[in-house]
Amino acid sequence: MVTDNRPLSPHLQVYRPQLTTVMSISHRISGILLSLGMVVVVLWVLALASGPEAFERINSLLATPIGLIAMLVWSFSLFYHLLNGIRHLLWDAGWLLDLRGAYASGWIVLAASVVMTAIVWGGLL
Amino acid sequence: MRLRNPLANAHNHGSAGHGLSHWWAQRFSAIGLVFLTVWLLWALGSLVGASHAEAAALLGHPFHAAMAILFVVAGVYHGQLGLQVVIEDYFDSHLIETTALIAVRFLSIIGGLLAVIAILKLALGV
Repeated sequence: MVTDNRPLSPHLQVYRPQLTTVMSISHRISGILLSLGMVVVVLWVLALASGPEAFERINSLLATPIGLIAMLVWSFSLFYHLLNGIRHLLWDAGWLLDLRGAYASGWIVLAASVVMTAIVWGGLL
Repeated sequence: MRLRNPLANAHNHGSAGHGLSHWWAQRFSAIGLVFLTVWLLWALGSLVGASHAEAAALLGHPFHAAMAILFVVAGVYHGQLGLQVVIEDYFDSHLIETTALIAVRFLSIIGGLLAVIAILKLALGV
């Protein structure tokens, strides 16, 4: 990396975390988690196409505590990235760009993600 | 005195490159995935606890096979575009950045192709 004396942005550590900034980085983190989840989706489809034994094997792996926790994290990431992604698309269209809109939509996205995850897992249990 | 237009110096140096088409590709795939995720949620609901025969029959149905292929292709593409931005933003080393970008692209192509072939196998019953 070139180390010239160009001005730097203020360091992130000096800022108090805000809803908007935390949700912004969470959008990236959930996107990375969903990309990892896509690896599992591909493996699951491959197992299904390979036959009953492989299908049973991957399903029993997903039914382990680690598998269930991974699916719980995946489902929340999916809902969060989906809803916050729609929030981003609305921003791209020029809506909700004021402070009020950004915060109100942020809380709605967070609450709806939790509720949808709870509904899905509540229905399974 | 230089008679060269400043814009000519800026062209092909960074931001005048492929940023706009990347931005649109990310939004285009995002909009598609909003609808495909609705299908995915329905499909996952039907696949919970399904036997191998039931799951194979569901994803082998022409409509659901098409939706599954669209979801995987759009999902992998959107993920590749997103990971590309993350890699470009956070890696200082040009070597590591380029290596990671190439690895993500290769893995996306391989993963997407594997899933498409698996779904086609179910749909065509071969």
